[in-house]
Amino acid sequence: MTVAVDKTKCIGCGACVVECPVEAMDLIDGIAVVDPKKCEDHGKCVLVCPTNALAIPNQPSKPKEQLDPEAGSKFNLKDPLPEAVKDYAQDNDKKTIPAQVTPVAGGDVWSGVWVIIEYTNGKVAPVSWELLGEGRKLADSIGCGLSGVITGNEIDSVIPEAFAYGAEKVFVVDHPILKDYRTEPYAEAITSLVRKYQPEIILMGATSMGRDVFPAIATKLQTGLTADCTVLGIDPETKLLQQTRPAFGGNIMATILCRTSRPQMSTVRPRVMAMPERIDGREGELIREEFTFNESDFRTKIIEFIGSDAKSAFLDKAEIIVAVGLGLAAKKNLAIAEELADVLGGTLAGTRGAVEAGWLTHDQQVGQSGVTVRPKVYIAIGISGAIQHLVGMETSDFIIAINNDPDASILKVANFGIVGDLFQIVPAMTAEFKKRLQHGVAN
Amino acid sequence: MNFVVCLKQVPDTSEVRIDPVTNTLMREGVPSIINPYDAHGLEEAIRLKEKVGGKVTIVCMGPPQAKEALKKAMSYGADRAILLSDRAFGGSDSLATAYILSMALQKLHETEPIDLVFAGKEAIDGDTAQTGPGIAQRLGFPQLTYAIKVRELTETSITVERKTESGRQVVQAQLPALLTVEKELNDLSYASLPNMMKAAAYEPETWDAKTLPFDVKQMGLKGSPTSVSRIFAPPGRSGGEIIDASKDPASIAATVVQKLFQSNVIMVNPLAKGGKR
Repeated sequence: MTVAVDKTKCIGCGACVVECPVEAMDLIDGIAVVDPKKCEDHGKCVLVCPTNALAIPNQPSKPKEQLDPEAGSKFNLKDPLPEAVKDYAQDNDKKTIPAQVTPVAGGDVWSGVWVIIEYTNGKVAPVSWELLGEGRKLADSIGCGLSGVITGNEIDSVIPEAFAYGAEKVFVVDHPILKDYRTEPYAEAITSLVRKYQPEIILMGATSMGRDVFPAIATKLQTGLTADCTVLGIDPETKLLQQTRPAFGGNIMATILCRTSRPQMSTVRPRVMAMPERIDGREGELIREEFTFNESDFRTKIIEFIGSDAKSAFLDKAEIIVAVGLGLAAKKNLAIAEELADVLGGTLAGTRGAVEAGWLTHDQQVGQSGVTVRPKVYIAIGISGAIQHLVGMETSDFIIAINNDPDASILKVANFGIVGDLFQIVPAMTAEFKKRLQHGVAN
Repeated sequence: MNFVVCLKQVPDTSEVRIDPVTNTLMREGVPSIINPYDAHGLEEAIRLKEKVGGKVTIVCMGPPQAKEALKKAMSYGADRAILLSDRAFGGSDSLATAYILSMALQKLHETEPIDLVFAGKEAIDGDTAQTGPGIAQRLGFPQLTYAIKVRELTETSITVERKTESGRQVVQAQLPALLTVEKELNDLSYASLPNMMKAAAYEPETWDAKTLPFDVKQMGLKGSPTSVSRIFAPPGRSGGEIIDASKDPASIAATVVQKLFQSNVIMVNPLAKGGKR
């Protein structure tokens, strides 16, 4: 008897290959393959398979419960752990981690949760504080401390803020070489700290900076890194960090573990974790570290920085997007969308139709053949919602659609779908926004 | 100059769907394509070669079928293509993949020093954006990620514009260097007929685990610290509130705006409160 592989279910994760005690499993072209000469039906692979792709035929082994097809719709980013992952965590409890994969990297004790605080151009990226909030939960689940790390130049003003958002300890590396962000010096500064103090988990925002410096650090430390996570949790038994992220263009969610090395590293998508309460005046331990490198150690230099405002912001980085479709009828009507964008500090974008009509340029196009965006607010004006457009914007935090067709597909993904005449509704919204924003009153 | 392009063959993720019954990825019938970001890296390498002379070598890790992607890539005017393919490479995560690719690039670098390496900012199937920087670190090359423009290339340095949340960072790096590129970097050209003919007859080289002195502990599943423990379907987006504004559009617009403020979707001062959904 040999373990059978259901090729339609196998995702080629390789968990079975690691688990098999007799090395009977292999991955060929991304699909698990069993060597029938070696397989001894231990069934360890069957237990570990995340997609139930493996089975021992004719042996009524405990049927693993099917993946809950509803798991996706039940899943809520605000929940600490989706049900699907909890199920797994319980399954996982029954397994023991083989001795040869116990973390030994570099030293004996890896303890504590660290958040790398992103400070550039005089501003802290808000995701840094969100991560101190999330880091608090993780540290409590493990029973360890929470620290913040600040690198840069003349950064003392950030220290009390890090304490206020919940760091118990703050590590600071302050040096003129670190004035502007560059990969090499930042990676060196953070890597040195990690080597010296050995945190168990380090987190950073999945921003252009976090996703630039973390891969460099993970490579230096020879450890695992999971990009752009949207859910984090701690396995109650193994205390491993469960890192959940979208993959395959958002078509699936995957929970990743880093079993064999330390620290466990993740970059986390901004605006997914809740902002923690800020308690001013909170204090903690401050540790200042030397930066022992010279400018000649680095091979890059900053020539200039060209800041962008809402109008020239890159669409995939914009926080508020006002997008138009052919429902706008004519180029001259673009003005009503521009006015709304101006009032909100938003960026103008559009559908392929609007671009092909010559109203907008190609770099303003949202959708499959344009840019994929994920702003806080996406306002769709006169957009019907072709699938090619929806795939480029449906993961926006909040979608408002204005359309005169009650059957328009865009309304199916919108948080607020306003059915009516956009030429009346949009200017009225603009006026109302202007009134409230100028007077600073929300209600 | 000696240009190297790292390229990946990926499933066209816009064609990938979840089987609603089994909740698994439906991969059958999904076409394989050159990772779109890598295509822009290749385009830039070809353009620079045409400007300053030199050659373009493509390196790809993948199953034997990835040769198709390499042949297609050759038709855009590359000079050499190497496929890294071995069962022992299978199951590699981004750390192990970067190790394998960096070993191949190191080999090329020893034979003929590399000036510039191009990679896409990320692959559309994994979306990690970690392999490019991993290669740069291992080779000891400076990394310039999210490149949207090459401003200047000299014998010893390259100056690029990088995309960040708050604007463009203009950085100069000493060569050799590695760039990961965005789609804005250039517009793709069409393959020329002579190059297509050449590519049709071209057979990419295949390097396996024995070609180079690989450390088996650093590649494949054993060399991958991360592993997938669970896969599930993402939360579907369900429709929200539908508001009929056919009767009194102005007052309904005002009500909607009020609701947006009340639920903190739009904030008077975005920094005053946490940016929650």
